[in-house]
Amino acid sequence: MRYSGLQVLAQGLLGNRGWTPAWRDPDPKPAYDILIIGGGGHGLATAFYLAKEHGLTNIAVLEKGYLGGGNVGRNTTIVRANYGLPGNSEFYSHSLKLWEQLESELNYNVMHSQRGIINLFHSDGQRDAYARRGNAMINQGDDAILLDNAGCRKLLPYLDYDQTRFPIYGGLYHPRGGTARHDAVAWGFARGADTRGVDLIQNCEVTGIDIENGAVTGVQTTRGAIKAKKVGIVVAGRSSQVAAMAGMRLPIESHVLQAFVTEGLKPCLDHVVTYGMGHFYVSQSDKGGLVFGGDLDFYASYAARGNLPMAEHVMEAGLTLMPMIGKAKVLRSWGGIMDMSPDGSPVIDKTHIDGLYLNCGWCYGGFKAVPGSGFSFAHLIATDRPHAPAARYRLDRFLTGRGLMDEEATGSQHNLH
Amino acid sequence: MQIRCPLCGLRDVREFTIKGHAIALSRPAPDAGDEAWNAYLHLRENPAGVTTELWHHTAGCGAWLKVTRNTITHEILKVALVRDGVERTDAD
Ligand SMILES: Cc1cc2nc3c(=O)[nH]c(=O)nc-3n(C[C@H](O)[C@H](O)[C@H](O)COP(=O)(O)OP(=O)(O)OC[C@H]3O[C@@H](n4cnc5c(N)ncnc54)[C@H](O)[C@@H]3O)c2cc1C
Ligand SMILES: [Zn+2]
Repeated sequence: MRYSGLQVLAQGLLGNRGWTPAWRDPDPKPAYDILIIGGGGHGLATAFYLAKEHGLTNIAVLEKGYLGGGNVGRNTTIVRANYGLPGNSEFYSHSLKLWEQLESELNYNVMHSQRGIINLFHSDGQRDAYARRGNAMINQGDDAILLDNAGCRKLLPYLDYDQTRFPIYGGLYHPRGGTARHDAVAWGFARGADTRGVDLIQNCEVTGIDIENGAVTGVQTTRGAIKAKKVGIVVAGRSSQVAAMAGMRLPIESHVLQAFVTEGLKPCLDHVVTYGMGHFYVSQSDKGGLVFGGDLDFYASYAARGNLPMAEHVMEAGLTLMPMIGKAKVLRSWGGIMDMSPDGSPVIDKTHIDGLYLNCGWCYGGFKAVPGSGFSFAHLIATDRPHAPAARYRLDRFLTGRGLMDEEATGSQHNLH
Repeated sequence: MQIRCPLCGLRDVREFTIKGHAIALSRPAPDAGDEAWNAYLHLRENPAGVTTELWHHTAGCGAWLKVTRNTITHEILKVALVRDGVERTDAD
């Protein structure tokens, strides 16, 4: 069913009895050409672009829970293209361009809102670093404006500018950055893939990967064995476990990242604001809740919940930056499992096993990457050649040391990003 | 989370800094080759379950601790002083 304003009107007049489910709920077939393990944002987008860009539709997405129950439905929804290093720069630029046409492409309202992102800086050194990053963004063809203190005051009058500890010198403004409705992104890609013939199979956990003579032949699941010529692993925080089924050990450590939302408030925050000194970032959802978060808890974790010290730290940082939110009540907090790579950048690559492909290492920044990652991973699976904007996301960069992409310049080591 | 430091007793996790997996204690020889160094620096078992890692009692006694912890429940199963467990190859 195609969605449109007219459809909403017509259904409204008919008592909304004509809506149909957005996707089928099929049983797995015994064999497919391609299996995608993981029905998160990246897995669903991969299936969608395999069908749309490459005309391949004998595909199943295998999801152990329900579609969108992982990080794609747990993140703080920031979408941006403000990376500084070659590799990341062209990839996220491509992804943002896909975002900008996504709603018409999917015929689905993902509530993509380019409200602008402002990264605040608090010292001369940080200003220089952001000026450099802004120039890198402009070189890539994206948008960046360096705001001084007065420029920030105009856009963000509610911040505490005169705090003695971290006075606000200015900010790097990325107008095309913003947010999107995270669930809707999963649902939109799911519907788009299903409509083109992809089987989306829920409650189907992959428990083994079958390999014969160095080539993948299929997978074992809780709903039986399924054969396939090609298999893509896209399971975010569970990457290490699934790769281990193919005998691989990955440069990944899983960590918990927390997020928080307040009760609904009248519109007060127009942008996404990040406070680099206090590890705090915030935006306001369309329902009115302030959605905010901070750093990782920093210990390895598979619990989708964090501990109080980080929650406390995030709240403190938020109140330092914008005291006006002090009376807002926090409604909920939650966590997601992040597949942290040593250099903080992802992997989209073949493996040493024929027909087995790997997409992981998105750390806490993989939501904005959903369309770009799906597009590039689909290209790799369909053609066996890397897609240009993702060509640097190689797995062997850790072994060779060539092409590491460490945006924070803290070193390519676990626990630093 | 609380960690029972063998020297200081049960203390809030805020007093500790985590270093990461206890693989850090098994540094390969300088000439062990790229594969061994890659395994040491980057590749991780990353278990969903029991793991061992290094914590530093930063705001306490300053000891390095080897902590056995469950990554699913966050339960801490065992805490030992690193100095008791490390095999020394040099003269001291
Ligand atoms: C609190 C928080 C805030 C974040 N904020 C942002 C942000 O503002 N901007 C941004 O860009 N990114 C953000 N992220 C990161 C982003 O959410 C992730 O990088 C991204 O969603 C990961 O890709 P995914 O959507 O495919 O993962 P997921 O949705 O986790 O998908 C992986 C799927 O694989 C399934 N799976 C696992 N094992 C198996 C198996 N054996 N068999 C079958 N299926 C399996 C899981 O059930 C899951 O559904 C945030 C993350 C969190 C937790
Ligand atoms: Zn101590």
